[in-house]
Amino acid sequence: MTVTPKKRRVGLAPSSGLGRLGGMLLVVWGAATVGFFALRLIPGDPVDVMLGVHANVSEAVRAQIRADWGLTEPLFLQYTNYLGRLLRGDLGTSYRLQQPVVDVIGQQVTPTIQLMALAMVFALALAISSAMLARGRRSRAVLSFLELFAVSSPTFWTGLVLITVFSFGLHWFPIAGTDGFLALVLPAATLAIPVAGIISQVLRQGLDSASVMPFADTARARGVGHAGLLFRHTLRHAAANSITLTGYIVGSLLGGSVLVETVFARQGLGRVALDAIMNRDIPIVLGVIVLAAAVFAVINLLIDLAYSLLDPRLRIAERDA
Amino acid sequence: MTVIDAARAPTRRQHAGVGVWIAGAFIVMLLLATVAPWLFTSVDPLETDVMNALQAPSFGHPFGTDQAGRDVFARVLYGSRYSLAVGFGATALAMVAGLTIGAVAGVLHRVGDSVLSRAIEVVMAFPEFLLALIVIAVIGPGEASLLIAVAIAVIPAYARVARAQTLVVKRAGYVEAARTLGLRSSTTLVRHVIPNTLGPLLVMAVMGIGTAITAAAGLSFLGLGPKAPTPEWGLILAAGRNYVATAWWIAVFPGLVITATVISTSTVGRFLQAKAAGRKR
Repeated sequence: MTVTPKKRRVGLAPSSGLGRLGGMLLVVWGAATVGFFALRLIPGDPVDVMLGVHANVSEAVRAQIRADWGLTEPLFLQYTNYLGRLLRGDLGTSYRLQQPVVDVIGQQVTPTIQLMALAMVFALALAISSAMLARGRRSRAVLSFLELFAVSSPTFWTGLVLITVFSFGLHWFPIAGTDGFLALVLPAATLAIPVAGIISQVLRQGLDSASVMPFADTARARGVGHAGLLFRHTLRHAAANSITLTGYIVGSLLGGSVLVETVFARQGLGRVALDAIMNRDIPIVLGVIVLAAAVFAVINLLIDLAYSLLDPRLRIAERDA
Repeated sequence: MTVIDAARAPTRRQHAGVGVWIAGAFIVMLLLATVAPWLFTSVDPLETDVMNALQAPSFGHPFGTDQAGRDVFARVLYGSRYSLAVGFGATALAMVAGLTIGAVAGVLHRVGDSVLSRAIEVVMAFPEFLLALIVIAVIGPGEASLLIAVAIAVIPAYARVARAQTLVVKRAGYVEAARTLGLRSSTTLVRHVIPNTLGPLLVMAVMGIGTAITAAAGLSFLGLGPKAPTPEWGLILAAGRNYVATAWWIAVFPGLVITATVISTSTVGRFLQAKAAGRKR
């Protein structure tokens, strides 16, 4: 199956592949630029961040450090230097850890990706099972309340409730930490709950509208049962609607990981971001900003491709166009 | 955080069901608690009583007591003041800012519009919670920062809807008429475009209040908002975190109240949305 979508229907970039790549770069450049200048507004001396506020260093040494880090150059020059390094994949050096930002993020990205991936698996499993269970009036009412509850409860709270019940009450899972699969289950479940609620809501709407389409009637007339109709026909149809949510979902997983990693005292990108923000470690904050923008841009590209994979009508329309 | 575009409610029912009434009643009670918490409890939320620390829920203390013997029910009640102020304040601020940006983008011609739209897209690339965190990093922690950070995080969503709505309104007959009559474009914007864009944004705002409250509670849970012993929902939860093994009630009840608040605002918001959709048909 070759996929060569020619027209963009959603998202930001103009039609051609080159234009789309340009759109991606534009988002990353925009985020880096806004981030660079906004973070200059943070009050305080970066040297304090590097040495600790109470460090007893002479003004001469401080000036030397500032010069070494290029902080004495004109702001615009610092900006162009930053962009230049960014193009070479260099995100600068952390003030506090005195390590390249790329390394710091690289070391912490794995636990967060594991967390997000398992959360996504949980969320999809929950959403699809709720789509299967929602058949009668009453089960629908119950499920839609559960969905609302899942979407509405704050993650830091669900995390604490899960710890109370499953770690302290039943002793099934460790209370905190990053070691092993068992330690991953509760944090992933916590992160998955609101996402499952959202997917489930949108999925069910899509399934409802798909189930009254002519193709569903045809399938039913052929004697296809509820599960068969769901898995072979309507789910695929409804998935096309849910894909628009991908960006939103990855965003909420990424944002939620800050809270979840804090509640469960896990290592990860969320914690790195939070620590950097608390400690005014500007290079790391900026690195996280650039990373988030890049992730968003890539996801938008993937959404486009996924659309034409899932909906054959779009491919045909494109071929004819 | 937000469920603004994501989850549209089923728009079948347009008369208020039991759920909407319960949700409305809960919101009214919360508002009462912010204005006059003493109507619901006679206990001082800051009064410590070490002899009665970490007591389980009882008649005297419906939500139990915390590590300093303070009444959790009273703290949650008084806490509604901070949480609702931030929730309503941030939402109102975001709505006004979003409306202005979106309406201006919608009215501007090609270049101006596409610059603003791209800017909105760049900001929307960030998860809202991360954006709020970054804003706090720039302006520093505190109660007012909480409000501003949450507002900035959701402005792009409002701006986007406002822009789309403006584009629709712009082509409407009455705007055409106003222009034909020779009204200046700024007058047209203020007198016709903005009022007609407001409706969908207001509905969005009602649903957004819950989200804003959760986000603010999350930020203060991380220690970026008001300082202890202020009775604020996120802070009470953060304190309860250290006692989940022995005193689950400190964390569980404020969380339940936050959840109930969010459920209520989105239920009322969905009802309003369904009603607005019904009126149009």
